[in-house]
Amino acid sequence: MMYFLLLLSRQGKLRLQKWFTPVTEREKKVTREMTLMVLARPPHSCNFLLWRDLKIVYKRYASLYFCCGLEDQDNELLTLEVLQRYVELLDKYFGNVCELDIIFNFEKKAYFILDEFLVGGEILETSKTAVGIAMEEAETLQEVTHTQSLKCDTCPNISICFFCSLNRQWRSI
Amino acid sequence: MSPSVRLQEMIRVIRGARTQGEERGVIQRECAAIRAQFRQADNGTRSHNLAKLLYVHMLGYPAHFGQMECVRLIASPRYNEKRVGYLGAMMLLDEKQDASLLITNSIKNDLSHSSQYVQSLALCTLGCMGSAEMCRDLAPEIDRLLRASNSYIKKKAALCAVHIVRKVPELGELFTPASRSLLSEKNHGVLHGAVVLITELCERNPETLEQFRKAVPELVQIMKGLVMSGYSPEHNVAGISDPFLQVRILRLLRILGRNNETASDAVNDLLAQVATNTDSSKTAGSAVLYETVLTVMDIKSESGLRVLAVNILGRFLLNNDRNIRYISMTSLQKIVQTDHNAVQRHRGTIVDCLKDQDASVKRRALELSLALVSAVNIRSLMKELLLFLSSCPPELRAHTTSGIFNAAERYAPSQRWHIDTILHVLTTAGGDVRDETVPNLIQLITTATELHCYTVHKLYRALIADISVQSLVQVACWCIGEYGDLLLRGECEETEPVQVAEDDVLDALETVLQSHMSSPATRGFALTATMKLSTRITHNVDRIRSIVSIYGSCIDVELQQRAVEYNALFKKYDHMRYPALSTTALGPVSSTAGGDLLDLLGGLDVTPGETRSLPPSVIVYEKNGVTLKLQTDRQTDTGMTITLTATNSTDREITSLTLQAAVPKSVQLQMKAPSGDVIPAHGLGQVTQTVLLNNPNKVSLKMRVRVCYTSQDFVCQDTVQIDSFPSPAW
Repeated sequence: MMYFLLLLSRQGKLRLQKWFTPVTEREKKVTREMTLMVLARPPHSCNFLLWRDLKIVYKRYASLYFCCGLEDQDNELLTLEVLQRYVELLDKYFGNVCELDIIFNFEKKAYFILDEFLVGGEILETSKTAVGIAMEEAETLQEVTHTQSLKCDTCPNISICFFCSLNRQWRSI
Repeated sequence: MSPSVRLQEMIRVIRGARTQGEERGVIQRECAAIRAQFRQADNGTRSHNLAKLLYVHMLGYPAHFGQMECVRLIASPRYNEKRVGYLGAMMLLDEKQDASLLITNSIKNDLSHSSQYVQSLALCTLGCMGSAEMCRDLAPEIDRLLRASNSYIKKKAALCAVHIVRKVPELGELFTPASRSLLSEKNHGVLHGAVVLITELCERNPETLEQFRKAVPELVQIMKGLVMSGYSPEHNVAGISDPFLQVRILRLLRILGRNNETASDAVNDLLAQVATNTDSSKTAGSAVLYETVLTVMDIKSESGLRVLAVNILGRFLLNNDRNIRYISMTSLQKIVQTDHNAVQRHRGTIVDCLKDQDASVKRRALELSLALVSAVNIRSLMKELLLFLSSCPPELRAHTTSGIFNAAERYAPSQRWHIDTILHVLTTAGGDVRDETVPNLIQLITTATELHCYTVHKLYRALIADISVQSLVQVACWCIGEYGDLLLRGECEETEPVQVAEDDVLDALETVLQSHMSSPATRGFALTATMKLSTRITHNVDRIRSIVSIYGSCIDVELQQRAVEYNALFKKYDHMRYPALSTTALGPVSSTAGGDLLDLLGGLDVTPGETRSLPPSVIVYEKNGVTLKLQTDRQTDTGMTITLTATNSTDREITSLTLQAAVPKSVQLQMKAPSGDVIPAHGLGQVTQTVLLNNPNKVSLKMRVRVCYTSQDFVCQDTVQIDSFPSPAW
């Protein structure tokens, strides 16, 4: 299983972190050491390294480093394909994704796409199209609940309620 | 301003902060606002506030006050709030937090929700952060979902079950029946989840493993279907149909086939098919081939298949892609013990990888090269390893030096080669060798008696070139002290002759003594060596005396003590100087080699004024070309030292020599360590062993000696009885 997946900027700032095993805040800080090792690697290096007793697989896409920690039995080459697949899913969903997209939409999109692709450190869905379909349907559900909720709670008038306005603003970004 | 826009606005402001301090300020303000909002009643902004908090958390700031908010949001009836609540739970509420238990009930309710997306949120969260208690509580629900739901839920339930089994292995039994039936599903997501679940169950329970062996034919079928199927746009990756599923099935087959003939037989054909048909030009194909090779090597596959697998690894070694070379070497490392010859065929390529720029590849190549060293290839391989040592990255140096030493010890073709190799390592990387290297090397030099002249010349040259490497300097000093006479004699068979004057040698040792680069231990070696030379040189004894007396007031206490004792040797015990400082008795050398003076004097029982003459010797054993001589030296009224000397006149060396002695009951016997256990051929060397006897009752002395050795591949054991001793006994 994958123990964690981290997305780092070139300066080492965390853009996304997913931990598939319970880890204290202190232990999370310890992985800083590993991220420094990865960031220091020259280009065209081997994408695998050993850190403590974990296999680390990393791949750089534009300005982001995708790093994950694996168990001994895991297939490193396949993990490279997993990272590739995740980037493709992000790209499809955002349309030419870049680091800023992930930063500004982390809590809505990057994590939700990840949760439709990996669960508990294992691959959930191997089909390219299924993840996209699930995301769209969940988004529809989200909008529907928005419109439904505002009717009963906040404001009777849809057009000026901030929930709807926010919805419309997201679509224009 | 609407709250969610404030989230994006907040992100912009934080990113715009120019200093760490400014960022902290912004975040503190925001967190205060969020905390205030949390305390208020539901105003529709909770999910946005939690989202802001999660961003702050990701930057590394504390966010524990959001935990209860997660619990509340998860319980909300609104989907968007639940979604953020569950996300928050996965980020803030790991099983170590008490609050995590509070969401168990919400999860339970959501698992039976009418909307599959709500169910999926609950499943995902449980599968990522569920504690053992939560797992126990909710396992029956998961089992129900495994059986009766749509594919979207089934695949999530399967991975949730995997997590449960990892946390609470006993619950594996609960999921076994359902997982079996999942193998007949068509949906790849469900199939993948089922294979992962079955793998987990089999790894933890040998009985379950037995049960699932029956599923091997079914798995083979599924795999065949994937390999032979045409192009499927949904699952195709670089020409391979669903490589993720293929790899997991191969891994499961490996576990099922391990140590089991029947299961292994059933998959032989499939593995051969996959190995030959998979296109490995891209990573996806290589990943499948890699897993196939691992499976072939781990189960009881037929030899033809094993050869195919090793060849695939050999092909990988030549691949341009560094990743492929790396994993090839990792796999070869796993099989180097069992399939040694097959891996040896690729030695050339592996050694080439030592020169690769990449640190990971270098490390793998080093490990594998060290594992491939054998008596046959030691000379050529060592050349490569020494070359590697001169340019290897610092983090690998210690490992390389110890690997080289181990290999040299096991397979050295000659003693001279061994000594040369160790000296080469010390000159290249002497700072990265283990502590035991110095005494080990001294031991080695001592036993290589015919090389003493060569060794001391070589070490002297190294010493005058560079005195910064402590280990090398220590050995050099010891050697010069011990064999200084050979050095000064000038001629040497193995190297060009060079005139070394006594002054030059003393200069060198004094340089070491005075240099600030020398450690205290090194100075100790140098001082002792200087002292020892007083018995081996003729003209400069006074110079030695003055050097030694200077150090009598040295700040270093160790050195001072040593110098004072040596001074005493010069003044009061001059007659003992020669016996104390002559060639040291051969035996295990401790790390304080250099000699504590008391040790040297301890064994001797010298009464002042006694003249020493060579005691007579007698041959006590002569057979198979092995001659054992005994010589006695009466020390006191009741004490006697016996020296046994073994020589070998055959043309092959005698190995594993051991001597044992027995004497009458009232006589006390003490056997010192022998000088070695190998007698060189053609009488070119000897092995000596000292025996100390004490005969207080002055009984008639008899001794039985048992001789044991290996000569020309047969082991010989003989016992001799010695009734008469050369010098007047008792």
